[in-house]
This record gives sequence, structure tokens and C-alpha cells, in this order.
Amino acid sequence: MSLLEIKNLHAVVDGKQILNGLNLTVERGQVAAIMGPNGSGKSTLSYVLAGRPGYEVTQGEILLNGENLLGLDPDVRAAKGVFLAFQYPMEVPGVATMTFLRTALNAQRKARGESELTTPEFLKRVREAAAQLGISQEMLRRGVNVGFSGGEKKRNEILQMAMLEPKLAILDETDSGLDIDALKIVSDGVNRLRAPDRGMIVITHYQRLLDYIVPDVVHVLWKGRVVKTGGKELAHELEAKGYAEFQGEAA
Amino acid sequence: MTATVRPIRAVKTAAEAALADTYAAAKALLPGLPAAREQAFRRFEAQGLPHRRVEAWKYTDLRALMRDAKPLAAPPGAEAKARAKQGGAIFASVEARRLVFVDGAFVPELSDLSAEAGLSIMPMAQALASGDALVARHVGQVLDIDDPAVALNTALMGDGIVIKVAAGATVARPVMIVFAHSGERPVSVFTRSLVVVEPKAKLTLVETHEGAADDQINAVMELIVGDDAEVDHLKIAANRKGALQVATLIVSIGARAKFNDFAGATGGSVTRNQIFARLAGENAVCHFSGANLLQGHQHVDTTLVVEHVRPGCESRELYKSVLDGESRGVFQGRITVQAEAQKTDARMATHALLLSENAEADAKPELEIFADDVQCGHGATAGALDEDLLFYLKARGIPPKEAEALMVTAFVGEVVERVAHEGLRDSLLAAADGWLQARSA
Ligand SMILES: Nc1ncnc2c1ncn2[C@@H]1O[C@H](COP(=O)(O)OP(=O)(O)OP(=O)(O)O)[C@@H](O)[C@H]1O
Ligand SMILES: [Mg+2]
Repeated sequence: MSLLEIKNLHAVVDGKQILNGLNLTVERGQVAAIMGPNGSGKSTLSYVLAGRPGYEVTQGEILLNGENLLGLDPDVRAAKGVFLAFQYPMEVPGVATMTFLRTALNAQRKARGESELTTPEFLKRVREAAAQLGISQEMLRRGVNVGFSGGEKKRNEILQMAMLEPKLAILDETDSGLDIDALKIVSDGVNRLRAPDRGMIVITHYQRLLDYIVPDVVHVLWKGRVVKTGGKELAHELEAKGYAEFQGEAA
Repeated sequence: MTATVRPIRAVKTAAEAALADTYAAAKALLPGLPAAREQAFRRFEAQGLPHRRVEAWKYTDLRALMRDAKPLAAPPGAEAKARAKQGGAIFASVEARRLVFVDGAFVPELSDLSAEAGLSIMPMAQALASGDALVARHVGQVLDIDDPAVALNTALMGDGIVIKVAAGATVARPVMIVFAHSGERPVSVFTRSLVVVEPKAKLTLVETHEGAADDQINAVMELIVGDDAEVDHLKIAANRKGALQVATLIVSIGARAKFNDFAGATGGSVTRNQIFARLAGENAVCHFSGANLLQGHQHVDTTLVVEHVRPGCESRELYKSVLDGESRGVFQGRITVQAEAQKTDARMATHALLLSENAEADAKPELEIFADDVQCGHGATAGALDEDLLFYLKARGIPPKEAEALMVTAFVGEVVERVAHEGLRDSLLAAADGWLQARSA
């Protein structure tokens, strides 16, 4: 059984059909890159996977470890191991990053029937993970993402991922807005989380990221469907030639 | 349409008639100031209970809300006092000097009257009866307020606390006035307190009001904050369902003084919180804040009148309400800047978080500015929780109720953070947490 199987997925947002029969499989231990032009439906796919309200699936299915995700609330999906690093992480004033991480982690553990982490255990893990990502203690005390720069927000998403240890991580343009050094830090953070039982979907426009996070497979998303799948060399090809060859593809 | 001139007070409501009877029967027995009481009652009678056509009371129509007037509370017996032992529970963990009232009467044996340099405490009933000089000088005279609830309080005031902090003294622990209620039968209570903080003195003052079901509470506190004094004042309305409370703070603030006021309500059916503040000296810094957590049919009206009289003062007004069920949160705030009060810096904001479609928030912020070199502003918002943020929290595995609770805590947290005393602040956050847990249970 694959980690994730998406079959013939159709999704509508605000009355507009965005995903048109999308098929995609992600195996355990695999890093799958998704590339595709602006507006092709990459973020829509990530929101549909996370269960965002307003993203209506009209046809098809999504199976995580063989289990249907459709109809499950976002928090339930998260507890089952789905994690989305947002393209545009939100600011949550008044909720300290520390509190946020702890509430999320313990809620997930509770939902899975695991015991809550003790305070020292939790603090140890946050400190380690934060240090590796260059996130200061002061930032952890601030409201989630409040006053963070674009790059800091992206690093904070990876911190959350590191703490929550998802089964399926979806990184939506985590590289956008990062300077070269931050790109390296974030990529290292992601690579540390590569594991035999974990799958990752890395959405990006740039081959550069894939030099750091080397994918096992590259998918091309075009008008709401996966129209081509290849190895990591496909990313180089796209970088050189763009998406012209797909112009004729019907939606 | 023909214009008719109607006599303003043609018919008394049942409650007004009962109040007149109460006053007539009690006036010979009430302690002290008979002339002031008589004058105040006439003032009240001329206006009657305030109703929606009285601008200052337009959202809280006491004439409609008070079907009757409860009898004056009798002095508490042993059983009533025993019940009052749980009073002030919200601040149970705070090391404080507790002064306990039961059904509006001071109970010395439940109170901490240990001596402290610079601090004098006397029950108001005793002070009134003995013609105490401080009381004679200040009661009803801290500010000139024309308000029917205050007039009624002056006419019927029974007990309360009189506190004086001598110049330069720092009171070590918070002074906590616990207004507990026995609930033996519905009563009306008219407490009156006077707190005089002399120049350069420091005091943290807390009031908790814990009225029983259907009690009617009219509590007035007059407060003088002397020049260079620092006073933090907290008032919590934790009344039972059915209780109606009008609580008034009348405060005069001296030069360079620091005054922080916080009012919170989670209980009671109807709560009117009125604050009349006069920044009477130069360069005072004042924060007026409040947080209300309401559900069911609760109604809380915060009415704030801040007057900047002298130059260079700063005031910050921030009030937040979380409104669930069919509750209603009202904020009326008026900042007046007198011609002489140049360089005034005043900012008023009120925000309501609506957790239910049937909750209602009303806001009426006003600025009245007669000086030309000032910085003043106000803002008001009302809205539901941000769905996008809720999704972000849920996407991390936080269940809906918990995600809401986090956001509500963050919302009121901004106001509670203004409370300087750590123990009091933590108690308030715990109370908010308790409210949220009860809500999601
Ligand atoms: N709420 C919405 N209402 C209507 N159309 C929407 C909505 N959200 C997204 N869309 C449309 O859906 C299409 C796909 O958007 P999506 O954000 O998934 O693209 P993307 O592949 O992530 O693009 P980018 O590379 O720019 O991030 C776009 O045409 C977008 O305008
Ligand atoms: Mg996108």
C-alpha cells in the first residue's frame, strides 16, 4: 500500500473547477517534487489535502495509508500525519509560538492515544529543533509569525514540521522568499526529516531548491492534472525549456 | 402629528414606587448625611430609573430591566457569613489584604484589619454615623456627577469601605474588597466606598462583586489619586445569573499620577460598569481597560467618561468583549479634552469578538476636543473569529474548540496583560480559561 494515493481528484473553489482528474501517488520514504506554472493548482492541491474549508472535492479520492481522508476535519488529518507548510504562513497575534507548538503537539498525541510530553521533554525538543533552524528563544516567545520576516516565517513552518513529525509533509513553495543561506538552513531541516516511513511533497518553481532537497520523482502539474512524471533531471529540463511543451494539453 | 408636552415623570414604575417606599422607610435608620441623602433622592425621583431615551443609558434600559426593586438587605446572620467564606475565589491564590462584605455589610471577623503604617481602614457605615471628617469632605464630592444610579446610591448608601493611604506610603499587598452575597433571598445592596490615596503613595485595589441570583447591586466607589501617586484598580463582576449590577467608579487623578483601571465581567445578567474619570493634574498617565466574557442572555454595558483637564496627560482606553449566545456587549466611551489640556495624548479602542450570530456588540466612542494641540483617536471593531487563522491552527492538529479557545485567550490576553500585578493577572487568565473550558464542555 502506498503512503498517499490520489485518484481522479476533481476540486472546485468558489465555483471554479481547479483540479481536473489529478492522479498522484507518494510512497513512504519518497520525496516527490511538484512543479507547474502559476495557477496550475499546486496550492489548491495542498489545501485539499489539508482539508481547508471552501475547497470542495467533487470527484475522486484521497487515501492516506489506504484510509480515505475526504470528509475528515483538518485537525483529524493532522493527527493522522498530514502536515502542510503554507506558501503564505499566517500570523497569529497573542498566541506564542511556544504555546502553539505545545498545544498542537499534545493535541495530536492525545488524538493518537499517546501521552502528552512532559515540559522538560518538550522544551528540550523545541530548543534543539529551533537552534538547528536558527530560530531564537525570543522568536519562540513572540506571537506565531508576528513580526517575522518572510524567511523567518518559512523557517518557523519547518520548525513546526520538525516538532510534529508528520507522515506526509507538503511543502508549498517553502523556498520562496529565502536568501541563499536560509535556503540552505531550511533544506538541511527538511533533509533531516527524510525518513523511510515519511513521504514529502515539495512544491517549487525552482530547480535550485531541488539541488538541496534532491527529489526521488518530479511531477508536472498543468491545469489541475499531473501531465508528466520523471526523475530529478525533469526539473532541469523544465528549468531550461519552461512549460511550452504542455501548451496543447487539454484541461 | 401634534406635539404634546408631557410631564416627564407621569407614572412611577413598580420598581420606582418600591424604591420610594424603601427610602421613606429606611431614611431615619440610614447612617449619616440626611440632607445629602434627601437631596439625592429628590434628584433621582425627578429623573426616575434611566431608560433608553436617556442618552447615557440608551443601551441599558433600567426601567425595563428592573421589574421590581428588591428589599434592602438585612445585616448578615451567622449562616450568611459562613457562606461568604468562599468569596473572592477568583483571586484565592493572591496574597492580599481581604476586606469582606456580606450582603453589603462589612464583616470584621472575616477581614484582615491588621495594622500597616500609612494605611487606615474604616467601614463606611461607621464613618457616616460618626461624622468622619474624610467622609464628610469627600463623599459625593469627588466629582460632580449627575447620574440617577449614583444619586440613588447616595440616598440609600449603607456600608462600604473607607481607605486612606498616607502620603508617600506604599501598601504592601493588594487590598481586596470582597463583596460576597449570601443568596438567602434576593436583596438590593447599596455600597459606597471612598478611597483616598495621598500624594506619592502606592496602592493596588481590587473589588470582586459576587451577587446572588436576582440580587440588585448598586456599588459606587469614589477614588482620589493624589499627585505622583500610583494606583492600580481592578473590579470583577462575578455575579450569579439573574443578578443586576450597576457599579460606578468616580475617580479624580492628580498631577503626574499613574492610574490603571481594569474592569472584568463574566457573570450576572445585567452589568452596567460606569467610570467617570477626571485627569485633574498635569502629566498623569492613565490606562482604562476592560474585558468581558459573556454568554446566554448576559448584558454588559461599559460607559466611560474621561475628562482631560490639564496639559500633558496620557490616557489609553481599551475594552474587549467576547460575546457568545445571545449576549450583548455595549461600550460607550467619551473622552473630553478641555481647552487648557494641550498636549493630551488619548487613544480609545473597543473590540468585540462575536462567537455566535445572535450576539450583539454596540459601540459608541466619542471625542470632544476643545484644545488644539492634542493627539486623540478612537477605533471600534466587531467581528467573528478569523476562519483562515482557525484553519491554520486546525491544520496543526488543534481541535476546533481548542483553536477557538486559543484565539479567544489571545484576544482578551492583550487587555489582561495590562494588569501589572502578576498574581492578579494570572488569576484573570485562569478565569478566562475556566470560562472557555466551561463553554466547550
Ligand atoms: N478562492 C478562489 N476563488 C477563485 N479562484 C481561485 C481561488 N483560489 C484559487 N483560485 C484559482 O485557482 C487557480 C489555482 O490556484 P493555486 O493557488 O492552486 O495555483 P498555484 O499552482 O499554487 O500557483 P502559484 O504558483 O502562483 O502559487 C488559480 O487560477 C487561482 O486564481
Ligand atoms: Mg501556490
